[in-house]
Amino acid sequence: MKVTITVNGTTHESDVEPRTLLVQYVRESLGLTGTNIGCDTSSCGACSLHLNGESVKSCTVLAVQADGGSVTTIEGLAKDGVMHPMQQAFMENHGLQCGYCTPGMVMAAIGLLNENPSPTEEQVRIGLEGNLCRCTGYHNIVKSVLACANNK
Amino acid sequence: MIPAPFDYKRASSAAEAISLVGEYGEDAKFLAGGHSLLPLMKLRLAQPAVLIDIARIEDLSYIRDAGNHIAIGAMTRHMDVEKSPILAEHVPLLAFAASHVGDPQVRHRGTIGGSIAHADSASDLPATTLALGATYVVQGPNGTREIAAADFYVGFLESALAPDEMLTEIRVPKMNGATWGFQKFNRRAQDWAIVGVAAWKRGTESGVGLVNMGSVPILATSVAKAIAGGASVSDAAKLAGAEAEPQSDLNASAEYRVHLAEVLVRRALESTSK
Repeated sequence: MKVTITVNGTTHESDVEPRTLLVQYVRESLGLTGTNIGCDTSSCGACSLHLNGESVKSCTVLAVQADGGSVTTIEGLAKDGVMHPMQQAFMENHGLQCGYCTPGMVMAAIGLLNENPSPTEEQVRIGLEGNLCRCTGYHNIVKSVLACANNK
Repeated sequence: MIPAPFDYKRASSAAEAISLVGEYGEDAKFLAGGHSLLPLMKLRLAQPAVLIDIARIEDLSYIRDAGNHIAIGAMTRHMDVEKSPILAEHVPLLAFAASHVGDPQVRHRGTIGGSIAHADSASDLPATTLALGATYVVQGPNGTREIAAADFYVGFLESALAPDEMLTEIRVPKMNGATWGFQKFNRRAQDWAIVGVAAWKRGTESGVGLVNMGSVPILATSVAKAIAGGASVSDAAKLAGAEAEPQSDLNASAEYRVHLAEVLVRRALESTSK
């Protein structure tokens, strides 16, 4: 099936099988491998990206469901070599250990601040409940999100 | 994991969706947000030959004040239920319960109609709308009919929907100042409830729905009857397991689930949220 999906500002017209997952589409058809696949069962959030401005788990969205939509992946955040403030906050606060959850965590965190620009620590923890860090490095992840919110 | 191959059709109206399901019959499944169906398809627990995408039917996504009740379009997403000012004012229990479905990413995709039509007793919204005395509007080739929530859930993942019918609207009576509580007991973030309770109370009137206490969502009518008869909340809550038929599994034994239900029903009914 023909789909038109704008990814990180570039519009792609592609022919996909209906069963193609959005995460497969961005990783394999477009080569954007920054979006990781973790659990592949919509639990871990590693595959989080933005679809039409909202965080979604791309292992549980079909590419055909994103037809006509706009997707932002982790690769679409930095502009002209300057990191997104959330990426900067993760770097400054050591918000990652092994880094596997980081792309999804950053996308979910940006989505969280879009919906609630000044969250409490508890709201950050609840807002990121769909993202698992296998290193259990939550302390600095939460610190990073709060730092980003406070810097705005 | 990639689902088995299927054909994909996109409906732009309820009538078109029903016509398509009539054409493909039992090989077809409606696709709403996909957050119950797609995981099942990836695990090969479901292998529909045709998916009929109904999520883009715009006139099925709304929340309207309809006098005595609030009318919610079946394709309204959990996030929109959670954040609706109309529901916050008139049916706060439902808005709160919706905020406990899955996690934010799931709530950006999943819909209230998809959750109800999937008829999972472990999901939050079937039991919550049951407690609230909701009515479901379904559309088929011969028009629409209404099904009371209490008549809708007939077995494990099985509803009163005919194969060629589609859930289009959920009608939830206004709570008119009732106090309410929603209790979800689980051990891991974003998990399904081991036991959940949605309850409201207004004087001697009440409604109590139980999550994951049987093969269908349970209406705890014995609790409501006891309260109507003047029993205290703590005495009435001891009847929480009367209608339930809980399973034992890795998370909890049936006996422990009954204990949880009694405690959670008491907490939900003692809540002073309005």
